[in-house]
Amino acid sequence: MTELLRRALRRIGLWLSAAAKAWRQSLQLRVATTTFLITGTVVLIIGVFLLDQVTTGVLKDRRDAAIRQARLGLDPATNILRDADTTAKLATAQDQIQAELTSSNNSTGLFTIEIRSPSESTLLPAGSQIAIPDGLRSLVQQGNLAVQYAPVTGSSNRLVAGLIVGEPVEANSGLFELYYLFPLTSEAQTFSLLQRTVIISGLVLVLLTVGLALLVTRQVVRPVRVAAQTAALLAAGDLSQRMTVRGTDDIARLGRSFNDMAGSLQRQIRRLEDLSRLQRRFTSDVSHELRTPLTTIRMASELLHGSRDEFPPELSRSAELLTNELDRFESLLADLLEISRYDAGAAHLESETADLRGVVASTVAAHRMLAERHGAAVVVHEPDEPVMVDMDSRRVERILRNLVGNALDHSEGRPVLITIGADDDAAAVTVRDHGVGLRPGEAGLVFNRFWRGDPSRSRLTGGTGLGLAISLEDARLHDGWLQAWGERGRGAQFRLTLPLRAGHTLMSSPLPLAPGDDEEDDYARTGS
Amino acid sequence: MKPRVLVVDDDAALAEMLGIVLRTDGFEPAFVADGNRALQAFRETKPDVVLLDLMLPGLSGIDVCRAIRAESGTPIIMLTAKSDTVDVVLGLESGADDYVIKPFKPKELVARMRARLRHHDELASETLTIGPPEEPVSIDVSAHQVVRDGRQIALTPLEFDLLVALARKPRQVFTREVLLEQVWGYRHAADTRLVNVHVQRLRSKVERDPERPEVVLTVRGVGYKAGPP
Repeated sequence: MTELLRRALRRIGLWLSAAAKAWRQSLQLRVATTTFLITGTVVLIIGVFLLDQVTTGVLKDRRDAAIRQARLGLDPATNILRDADTTAKLATAQDQIQAELTSSNNSTGLFTIEIRSPSESTLLPAGSQIAIPDGLRSLVQQGNLAVQYAPVTGSSNRLVAGLIVGEPVEANSGLFELYYLFPLTSEAQTFSLLQRTVIISGLVLVLLTVGLALLVTRQVVRPVRVAAQTAALLAAGDLSQRMTVRGTDDIARLGRSFNDMAGSLQRQIRRLEDLSRLQRRFTSDVSHELRTPLTTIRMASELLHGSRDEFPPELSRSAELLTNELDRFESLLADLLEISRYDAGAAHLESETADLRGVVASTVAAHRMLAERHGAAVVVHEPDEPVMVDMDSRRVERILRNLVGNALDHSEGRPVLITIGADDDAAAVTVRDHGVGLRPGEAGLVFNRFWRGDPSRSRLTGGTGLGLAISLEDARLHDGWLQAWGERGRGAQFRLTLPLRAGHTLMSSPLPLAPGDDEEDDYARTGS
Repeated sequence: MKPRVLVVDDDAALAEMLGIVLRTDGFEPAFVADGNRALQAFRETKPDVVLLDLMLPGLSGIDVCRAIRAESGTPIIMLTAKSDTVDVVLGLESGADDYVIKPFKPKELVARMRARLRHHDELASETLTIGPPEEPVSIDVSAHQVVRDGRQIALTPLEFDLLVALARKPRQVFTREVLLEQVWGYRHAADTRLVNVHVQRLRSKVERDPERPEVVLTVRGVGYKAGPP
């Protein structure tokens, strides 16, 4: 039973929420409902007022006529009743009065009369079923002419709405009460007819207004809906979408303005696309034009470098410098081209699911020589399970190579710690060095192009100054984070956080950005 | 006999420099600077390996690559100044076996060329069988022949090497890095594009339905392996 009730309640709740939703979403429904409520109220008030006015007017006429009738009938009734003192006489008197009054005046319509004798409280004639209201009787007994609405016997002996007028009649045997019973059948019929008419016309009026409101709002809402749909399609990238415009009204103006907006948007986007394409073309062309001679120079320099032992010392050193600086020039060119590709928005991910540990391992392997030259150990803390990430391994490895290379450059011979962490949504790699660290505020600057922490520092890798800027772009391309932490004397830590699945928005990182005290212990352990 | 190299490049200085380097390293280079004459030069010189610049006057490098591939499986190494994935993949899809991005080190180029030439010297007499049992792919390694369903399949030497590398250890999963090292002769490289494109080309030749491979299977997140024999 309670289960049934609960189910019914739930269903009602569902209906209510569906209705609330429809209310919020449909302008048409709101307008129609409001119109319905307002016209309904107005029609109701007008109808009630109208009926009341007509009823009161008609009944007042009837009442005046009835009272006139009673006044007119007083004299004949007094004459007839003067000597009536027995029941038999009374019955005759009643018939006489009835005949007298109905024949003399017909203007007030059909009526019957009843007489009550002073001695008896029963009605005459005995067969009458009409109960004269006590209030009326007491007024009449006090000698007043009184009027009251009360049910009377109609034409087919049924009780119908009626009007009773009572008047006292002086007679020898005392004070008779003479009651005129007017059935209000025709008035009641008129009223109910009037009522029906008012209700029906009110309903028709309300329906008409609601329909009108629906029609009007539909005319307004439909183009708005079409505009909304078109805007959605535009937003989805279909820039050729336009609204159909007919006529010159406000709606047409909306459509035209909308189409103008879409057209201008399309032009702007086309322009930007063209710019981006131009930029890409330029990058590509510069790349090709620069690279071909550079290749020749490179090969020539390698050839010279290969046979430098046969040269005198100055030439030999020159060949060496030429080769080394060519390396720098090349990496600078490569970085410049890469960053211009980002600026042109021409960088695309080649995502694939791969184990982050593998990428870290190959990064570490690639830096073994550099680590040896710096005399710094590279220590990796990684989970036992694979850390599968949707990523462009080439780019992620480039980020990590940058971070590890930087860390080694600043390691001052102290170990570099790499930690891999993962949770349900994200994976992270931190690269920590125990070098000189960063000054306050520098953590935000390290990603700037060509930023140098300390120009006096010697660098073995000969970085281009663009590495971290490119790494940051690479991380962003993955919807990931690349952040820096550093403290004077404690070293620096970089953290790369990547979502496990492409397109997932990062909320938090599995590893802290700033190393805790336990990592200091790590350092103490590995450093000893 | 010195291996013959056809250098298709319009940059005179680079071509000359390449000639010097290649002769030093024991190759016999021939040169052509125009894409339109590349195919004719190829037919005349019958080189063991082609070095092909992608940006050429006349017929583009991509078209030259397709034309050569249409009549021969001779190894083609692209010289490209474009490192964009689209350009690289387009070059590989048109039939190139490998690519070097300018500016390259001469040692690197020579190592790649040797890697492409090395496999022609190998002659091991063995027959391998992989793929679904009802319609297996049989490989005659010494004869450089691949047969499926009684039909001989024409593979380029590189595709052949790739297939043989997978087929020799049918149950082993090869990462792309391992394949790069075994087939292309790379070390410490993570260029998955090279492997991906060639696996697709190989599949388009040996699979009944390249969309649902049975011979060269993908192991998600790891690499590739040969289908069970």
